Amino acid sequence: MSFTDILLLMFGAILVENFIFSKFYGCCPFLGVSEKPDTALGMGMAVTFVMTLSGAATWAVYHFLLKPFGLEYLKTVAFILVIAALVQFIEMFLRKFIPALYASLGIYLPLITTNCAVLSAALLAIQNEYSFVSAVAFGFASALGFTLAIVVFAGVRGKMEFSKPPRAFRGFPITLIAAGLLAMAFAGFSGIRL
Amino acid sequence: MKGFLKQLKEGILDNNPTLVQLLGMCPTLATTTSVKNAIGMGLAATVVLIFSNLFISLLRKFIPKQVRIAAFIVIISGFVTMVELLMKAFVYSLYQSLGIFIPLIVVNCIILARAEAYASKNKVLPSAVDGLAMGLGFTFALILVATVREIVGNGTFMGLSLFGDGYAPALLFIMPAGAFLTLGFVIAAVQKIRNMGQDKERMEKLSKLEEEAEKEETV
Repeated sequence: MSFTDILLLMFGAILVENFIFSKFYGCCPFLGVSEKPDTALGMGMAVTFVMTLSGAATWAVYHFLLKPFGLEYLKTVAFILVIAALVQFIEMFLRKFIPALYASLGIYLPLITTNCAVLSAALLAIQNEYSFVSAVAFGFASALGFTLAIVVFAGVRGKMEFSKPPRAFRGFPITLIAAGLLAMAFAGFSGIRL
Repeated sequence: MKGFLKQLKEGILDNNPTLVQLLGMCPTLATTTSVKNAIGMGLAATVVLIFSNLFISLLRKFIPKQVRIAAFIVIISGFVTMVELLMKAFVYSLYQSLGIFIPLIVVNCIILARAEAYASKNKVLPSAVDGLAMGLGFTFALILVATVREIVGNGTFMGLSLFGDGYAPALLFIMPAGAFLTLGFVIAAVQKIRNMGQDKERMEKLSKLEEEAEKEETV
């Protein structure tokens, strides 16, 4: 696999097959933590950090531990454990060695274990039979796509605070409809064939 | 028996996990392109919910508090793997069309939320019933969204053509954007219905107050 292939893979993962707007992975934090651009960016960065590392860790676990023993069917259980342990480890590491980063990302970390974007990136990398480098690049790029989506959406929600929708639409429904309109914009990228 | 029905009503209507508690958005948005997929996804999640609630409730006195979330996730992912293998063996076409969303049941917030909020604090039988009620509520919500999306976006219901050949379906509703829009409108409708109940009470109170005021004036 050449370098251009990896770049194309990343471009596709960020825009064409955006995790939120075309695949719906990670919609809970997308709808829950997108009220302000700063917190959205914090969440996005924490997810990027975890997804890149978990992409590497789950690939290694699958190819060096599960596959030699014929335990491929246990990948869901194994991956969720790896991700949970990794998140816990990152939290402890950051608290001890990089307190400044911990202060800004710390509160988002526990939420990431149950963020389906992380698990689905790991599972998709196995399903598509990526090599190690592609798996890490895929995790990183998918997380960038997630960050892009959540930060853009936080900007949209900031504007929405000044509008006055009908009472039944207030809160969650109008948020979903705004997300739908953004998804329409992102659907424009689906015409790009790589 | 009365308690059983009450719990069912609570899960399906009053406290519906998707439409009222707003949990589990990813599968609700992703697997509602057709009613068939919605039913499959809903029932798979229901089975996992019943068994995970049952076992977490059985083990609730043995699981140390500090590691409970990790323990819950292991129990849940065990049942998800079983459901995944069973679906692969017996309903292969459904298994293929739901794809990665079957293993993703592990991180469905409804299941972890019920484990944490209900099964870890209640007895075994009510916990299993709670799993059934919440699972059916989730299935109901999925079917509701999928019905709108399949009829408008594809002109069919459960694969049956409704409008004949002349109908040009609004493809948008099958696309991802349509999922967000449809769910937005469905939840708005639910909020409208819930508001109506409140409005009625408020109007009754108001009219009572007015009557009293009028009486006082005449006196």
